Amino acid sequence: MRRNRFDRSKDDIVFDSINYCLMTAVLVIVLYPLVYILGASFSDPYKVASGEMWLYPVEFTLEGYQYLLKYSEIWVSYGNTIVYTIAGTILNLVVTLPCAYALSRKDFVGRGWLMLLIMIPMYFTGGLVPTYITVKRLGLLDTRLMLIVGGATATYNLIVSRTFFSSTIPMELQEAGVIDGCSNWKLFIRIVMPLSMPIVAVMAMFFGVGHWNEYFGAMIYLKSRSLYPLQLILREILIQSEVAAEMAMVDSDLIESAARQARISDMIKYTAIVISIAPMLLVYGFLQRYFVKGIMIGAIKG
Amino acid sequence: MTRSISAAAKAPLGKRILKNWQLYLFVLPAVAYFIIFKYVPLYGIQIAFRNYKAADGFFGSEWVGLAHFIRFFRSYYFGTVIRNTLTITGLSLLLGFPVPILFALLLNEILHTKYQKLIQTISLAPHFISTVVMCGMLIIFLNPTTGLFNHIRSALGLTSFNYLQSASGFKWIYILSGIWQETGWSSIIYFAALAGVDSALLEAARIDGANKWQRIWHINLPVLVPTIVILLIMQCGSLLSVGFEKVYLLQNDTNLSASEVISTYVYKVGLIKSDFSFSTAVEMFNSVINCILLLLVNFIAGRLGETSLW
Repeated sequence: MRRNRFDRSKDDIVFDSINYCLMTAVLVIVLYPLVYILGASFSDPYKVASGEMWLYPVEFTLEGYQYLLKYSEIWVSYGNTIVYTIAGTILNLVVTLPCAYALSRKDFVGRGWLMLLIMIPMYFTGGLVPTYITVKRLGLLDTRLMLIVGGATATYNLIVSRTFFSSTIPMELQEAGVIDGCSNWKLFIRIVMPLSMPIVAVMAMFFGVGHWNEYFGAMIYLKSRSLYPLQLILREILIQSEVAAEMAMVDSDLIESAARQARISDMIKYTAIVISIAPMLLVYGFLQRYFVKGIMIGAIKG
Repeated sequence: MTRSISAAAKAPLGKRILKNWQLYLFVLPAVAYFIIFKYVPLYGIQIAFRNYKAADGFFGSEWVGLAHFIRFFRSYYFGTVIRNTLTITGLSLLLGFPVPILFALLLNEILHTKYQKLIQTISLAPHFISTVVMCGMLIIFLNPTTGLFNHIRSALGLTSFNYLQSASGFKWIYILSGIWQETGWSSIIYFAALAGVDSALLEAARIDGANKWQRIWHINLPVLVPTIVILLIMQCGSLLSVGFEKVYLLQNDTNLSASEVISTYVYKVGLIKSDFSFSTAVEMFNSVINCILLLLVNFIAGRLGETSLW
């Protein structure tokens, strides 16, 4: 690859120059909205609204974050989301990985039928209302448990993990374990798992992001505000604008104009976006090395 | 060697099952999950043919046959929701599908490995943003007086425009924001497939005087074709499915005529108006059409070439 850089034809130099410009443009288009929001969350809201803030904070302020700090409901929901994400992801891994491993074993009688059982819901499901009725009958409506067990595993992730096990854990190694007298349980825990950290990282990330961003299930199955995850509160702040306007109102001792309230409400929105995205992007940053590799293994063969 | 893993299946069935009894415990939780949360509701889909009453249960409610389906076909919403759904998915397919392929091909040509990695890493980041936040960002950015888009418009000398209040603009907001959010993610699979391109072939083509564009067109792109076909089949199988979340969050009274799709309609009729059986019928109609489309396109693809899903 490297050699090509030095003996390129004229056509290729033109191509490369255009391509580098294009890819750099993509980079800017992806990053700019995110950087803009970060900048706006630290800026004077009037400057943002009038279009004077383009990139970095103008008239730096932490006011938005101060408003957000006072808003206890968002922190309760933040806590809920952390609980749902951690408990949910652990359950996901415990349910998904052993099952995927069993499905990767060629000597596992009945794996074809099991695959069918797992694949069918990908194409055909009962749908919204029958699922809702089932959940209601189980007594899981408006419980924390529903948000944790409601998505205990997922077909796509099962298949990706199965592909990982069958393509990266050498059969000979497993044979050797069996000859040494390992039970399947020991084989899985002592031999397979230590070699499977990339898929554990990828699955934890897939499921974890799913829980963190979960909103539909919570909207349907939860009634009590004290159980709401972050995304439902964010929806009120960002989409329905109710809370933000209310907070701006409550806080102003003086009778302030509607315009001022709207500006504070904007500022709260920017800060709310920052505090909700930041943890995911940080985790992604740490795990991304495993990430692309792990997805690719599943993607090629799955 | 009766305990060997890869040994040919000579032992009797009972023995082979017993030998791996622990593996059945491994799959038990997942199987339980699928039965409780997928197959029980699937059993409950029969309420589409009944007048569901909670007291009578799935099986005991009165049988009404296709009445709910007929009501849906005759309703005022039938044409609207189908048209809106198809417009959005059709355009997504047309515009959103090729972009990741193009992106993967071009990214593959970046010669500095570090820069390539950087672009890939960053292009994936928007995928992790939740739908709620994505829609919140759109609403902020598209605000007619204070939003970034209209600041850009005014910098270019254009007048401000309220995109979200416009019915015709809805699909563009949906599709373009989708491209922004998912291109990097969708391109991973293509990018991975490109790693399988024979470098000797590329080198030979280069020596024979093929320029980069020709090499991409004649060598790299054909490698992607099987992947493209499979993903295309799957996309066609969901032509009648628009994800609920984003549409629902971006809906407002003014754009509703263009933004009411099957999934949002099902939600409103089913869980807000509690017309359980009718809503289930609408969704079942949707699933059936999706399955038919999937099988049809898969069949056609199988006929045309070697690639098909099964």
